[in-house]
Amino acid sequence: MATTNSRTLARLMLFPSVVLLLAWMLVPLCMTLYFSFLDYNLLTPGNNEFIGFLNYEFFLTDPAFITSFFNTLLLVGGVLLITLGGGIGLAILLDQAIWGRNYVRIMVLAPFFVMPTVSALVWKNMLMNPVNGLFAHFADWIGVTPIDFFAQIPLLSIIIIVSWQWLPFAALILLTSIQSLDREQLEAADLDGAGPFSKFYYIVLPHLGRAITAVILIETIFLLSIFAEILVTTSGGPGYESTNITYLIYTQSLLQFDVGGGSAGGIVAVIIANIVAIFLMRLIGKNLED
Amino acid sequence: MGSINLKQVTKNFGDVSVIKPIDLEIKDGEFIVFVGPSGCGKSTLLRMIAGLEDTTSGNIEIDGEDATATPPAKRGLAMVFQSYALYPHMTVRNNIAFPLKRAKVSKEEIESKIANVAKILNLSDYLERKPGQLSGGQRQRVAIGRAIVRQPSAFLFDEPLSNLDASLRVNMRLEISELHKTLATTMIYVTHDQVEAMTMADRIAVFNAGIIEQVGSPLELYNTPANKFVAGFIGSPKMNFMDVDPITDDPTCCLGIRPEHIEISTEAGMWAGKVGVIEHLGSETFLHVHVEGSGTFTVKAGGDCPFVYGDKIFLSAMDNKMLHFDAAGITLPQQHASVVSI
Repeated sequence: MATTNSRTLARLMLFPSVVLLLAWMLVPLCMTLYFSFLDYNLLTPGNNEFIGFLNYEFFLTDPAFITSFFNTLLLVGGVLLITLGGGIGLAILLDQAIWGRNYVRIMVLAPFFVMPTVSALVWKNMLMNPVNGLFAHFADWIGVTPIDFFAQIPLLSIIIIVSWQWLPFAALILLTSIQSLDREQLEAADLDGAGPFSKFYYIVLPHLGRAITAVILIETIFLLSIFAEILVTTSGGPGYESTNITYLIYTQSLLQFDVGGGSAGGIVAVIIANIVAIFLMRLIGKNLED
Repeated sequence: MGSINLKQVTKNFGDVSVIKPIDLEIKDGEFIVFVGPSGCGKSTLLRMIAGLEDTTSGNIEIDGEDATATPPAKRGLAMVFQSYALYPHMTVRNNIAFPLKRAKVSKEEIESKIANVAKILNLSDYLERKPGQLSGGQRQRVAIGRAIVRQPSAFLFDEPLSNLDASLRVNMRLEISELHKTLATTMIYVTHDQVEAMTMADRIAVFNAGIIEQVGSPLELYNTPANKFVAGFIGSPKMNFMDVDPITDDPTCCLGIRPEHIEISTEAGMWAGKVGVIEHLGSETFLHVHVEGSGTFTVKAGGDCPFVYGDKIFLSAMDNKMLHFDAAGITLPQQHASVVSI
């Protein structure tokens, strides 16, 4: 198979798609990098002067940046915590032999197929609305004041919505992992006198290690760039309480027409994402190796 | 102590009856082997004894007490699985210590027991490794170590050697037999390999389609098989069978003769045949001889067998070595009437 000839041919045939992919990725990145050093505002067109690191200075010293930075971390961390905890629980439940298991699995997976905008709207208007929402009705029914979710706990509300979307993903990955667990190991543990909790802690959880790592890495990539849910529900408010970095960049470049500042923010986001990625790989990447 | 008593034990999976009522008494310290073709229920019965499968009806008594509904951990049995079922993320030391830790044994005691087991099984150098870094034979030993460290009243082996290569299998066979002599604990061993059964067992139980066909010592089964199934299953190569028409005063429907009980002659004999494939093993030779009207016979000859493919030879059964079976396959008492060429 892998003769010199076939390898050359393989490279030749891969070449166009590699070039296309590289261009697709590098051109926008380079343009963003270039814009981030310009005084480029759509309200004052004309002389896009080179202004060095001034855009970065403004972006990083903006009080909103620190807030949105921690909001991003809270959002990612909160969703990961809920989806992993709930996902492991759901996976264990779905692994049991119950009647109509296949239908239950499809139902559980359903939220993942709903577009972020749609699910955020459903949550906003049908569930979390302080007047007409289901939660408000429930609060009325038991006689307490309904919570105005997006005014009182905006970030937590978004965490809940996003968790609802990502829970099926985590549950599905973890379920397939649980199913690959050697049943004889559990039987051996049975004979060794392990109860349900010991079995979970010493056998199931370590077996899930790799799947958990995969879930953390994949979810982190997507959760760093959560946008639609914020735009549809809180628009980043009140104040900057539910603004993450992605949303901050959006307000910079599209609401304030500051392309230069937005680009600088974009580059900062890329750097933060890379720092998070390196940090995560150091922390849990070894799980993926053996 | 480790006597196990099965009373009218059955097992159904839905409508399918996997184990038909079985009675079996396993004495303390005995090495008993369950042998049979795959799907005969031997592994299921072992798992029922371990408590990993429910018993549909009947009783399992361990040391005289009814244990039919006792959870696996409380039965005081240890099992070695076909896949070894080691915990892959734990070191060998922790694998062996796992049952002790669950039983809340003190740290010092665990250490001394592990050291002891590691010495018996030659595992001392591997205690800090993980199962993935061990060879098949070493994993097997860890699985056995995890079983013996608990000092169970009986060991259950579920085809433990089937994942090992041939030479290692012979070694492990010896090691397990040796272990049985040292520990003098009851062992129940499931296998489909009749060689393992013959070489290791004190007693063999031959299973077929959910029932026990015969229980007895290896030589009993070899010399006086109860029926055609046992006769064909025990012994290697397989016994030769030939169908005959029953006559009025002799209900024999089928004759059986082992390859090692056939004499070869170039001049005369009970059957005339043509030599087919010849398998030279060095110390002995197996000839596949085509006999007109009776099919192919496997014949064992000495290592210096002079015949070649296509030779015409004559075969005769040794005196009193021929087995007679009736229409139902049950062995009939020894017949002395000479059999005419068929």
